[in-house]
Amino acid sequence: MKNLLHSLWSSRPLFAGSTILLAITAMALAAGLLYPQDPLDMVGRANLWPGAPGFPLGTDMMGRDMAAGIVYGARVSLLVGLFAALLSVLIGVWVGVLAGYFGGWVDDLLMRTTEMFQTLPSFLFAIVLVVILEPSIQSIIFAIGVTSWPQIARLVRAEAMRVRSADYVSAAITIGLGHGRILGRHILANSIAPVVVATSILMAQAILTEASLSFLGLGDPNVISWGSMVGAGRSTLRTAWYMSVLPGVAIFLTVISFMLLGNGLNDRLNPRVARKQRAATTLVPA
Amino acid sequence: MSSALPRYIARRLLQLAPIVLIIVLMTYLLLRLAPGDLVDVMAGESGAATAEYMAELRRQFSLDQSSMTIFWNYLQGLARLDLGFSFRNGAPVLDLILTRVGPTLLLMSASILIAAVAGVALGVISAKRRGTVLDEAISTLSTLGFATPVFWVGLVLIVVFSVQLRWLPASGMGTIGGPGLTTWAGLWDLLRHLTLPAATLSFFYLSIYVRITRSAMLEVYGLDFVRTARAKGLSETRVALRHVLRNALLPVVTITGLQLGSLLGGSIVVETVFSWPGLGRLAFDAVFQRDINLLLGIFLFSSFLVVVMNLFIDVLYAFLDPRIVTQRS
Repeated sequence: MKNLLHSLWSSRPLFAGSTILLAITAMALAAGLLYPQDPLDMVGRANLWPGAPGFPLGTDMMGRDMAAGIVYGARVSLLVGLFAALLSVLIGVWVGVLAGYFGGWVDDLLMRTTEMFQTLPSFLFAIVLVVILEPSIQSIIFAIGVTSWPQIARLVRAEAMRVRSADYVSAAITIGLGHGRILGRHILANSIAPVVVATSILMAQAILTEASLSFLGLGDPNVISWGSMVGAGRSTLRTAWYMSVLPGVAIFLTVISFMLLGNGLNDRLNPRVARKQRAATTLVPA
Repeated sequence: MSSALPRYIARRLLQLAPIVLIIVLMTYLLLRLAPGDLVDVMAGESGAATAEYMAELRRQFSLDQSSMTIFWNYLQGLARLDLGFSFRNGAPVLDLILTRVGPTLLLMSASILIAAVAGVALGVISAKRRGTVLDEAISTLSTLGFATPVFWVGLVLIVVFSVQLRWLPASGMGTIGGPGLTTWAGLWDLLRHLTLPAATLSFFYLSIYVRITRSAMLEVYGLDFVRTARAKGLSETRVALRHVLRNALLPVVTITGLQLGSLLGGSIVVETVFSWPGLGRLAFDAVFQRDINLLLGIFLFSSFLVVVMNLFIDVLYAFLDPRIVTQRS
């Protein structure tokens, strides 16, 4: 009984996180059905407060439907979050595996680079990249992905170093397996669990970073995103705060769903060190 | 210890050298990658320029030379502390940056102070009341801190404390035409302007400090010397503060160093929200004006700033835990 209660308790974040995330994903997918018109078009009177007839979340200063903006904004956030996280996992896993497995000067070189990327003000770095590449969904994904992989690299490196000295890896070397096979079959396979957990936290961070970039006016100018909605609402903050506050709530819910998912998965996949790891997870602000 | 500490600092400096070099190289590459060079910018500023005049300008600035020569000139410029010229602002980049460093450092240190004091306090309470409702509430609060966008926190604080309650100013560093900083009234004015931005920036870091303190406290509680301290008959509070917290503070210092880069990133957003006249606001203006020279100057400068502050934290760490100096290669 006590065990059952405990497992319910520990999977509560998993349940809550996946429920919120499913709702947001459904919203993003159904955006075109719910609001066939371009969310950047003027559809009603400007500055209508939430609850106005026909506009449950009101309209902004240009008469655009806030609800449509929020629904379409989900697409941008999820897209950027997913692909930026994938890019940084790709870089991080490669760097980590190579450094941890080969050691020596490879490790030194890769870890110095990782250290440098960790020291750099990564948000400022992302800003510089987006400015130079011109703001677009692709450049934002690239900028976030390229600046957020060090955590993954360190994680995978530690795992690779641990597995490297395991008996079955020595056995694999003895029977003459090539580096490629060993890396793929043994080292990578063993680091999947912590990487999955870290990926969901990375997505949360990527969504926050995208929101900050577009808040600063560095979003893709052709699509509506939550961060740019908050940024646009700043000018009317004194009279119509809902324009800034509502998209912020959407960002918050999406980010927290990924964090809950990460914490829940961590408890599931790695119950023993879960508490410790969770405490050690450090994040980049946005 | 007396000779070990300088040697430790020297070793750290040596480790930092390649990092600094790579940062410089990368900044240079980004500068070259940016569309248009200095001459394009100048031509754009002046409104019209013939191709011959632009070629002449490129020759004057040695921009028609090979990449290696240009990079060498760039390095020499850096050695003379020359970060280039911002044509949009009509001033050397370094001068612009230096006038803005103070406010940013003030904002960052105020935020770290708030976050560290409140975060450590909450972390201690959380660890001591482990598993209770209070512990749950504190850990929920810290999860919220991780998931809330910094700029949104700032805007909500402005709506509540400046617009609705009218308690605190929402922008700038001082009242225009207000009392000077040399008077008590002026300092009070600065403090009132600092409160909201510093609280906003500290919100996120508070969450980190709470978590780190809590887990470090719980770890130290399990060590032998704590049992000894209890066996001596020391009070629980004394054990918690004198024995456990003191040792649990080490990871707190480490995390401060690790987070400096992101703290600087956070201050860009916060300074933009509150029109705080610091480096972040300067970076935002540079982005807005597409002033690449200035933006990369800020990037390079703040990277150095973070590296130097990290060194400072390392030394602080070595003071707190002398074992660090002799251990580890």
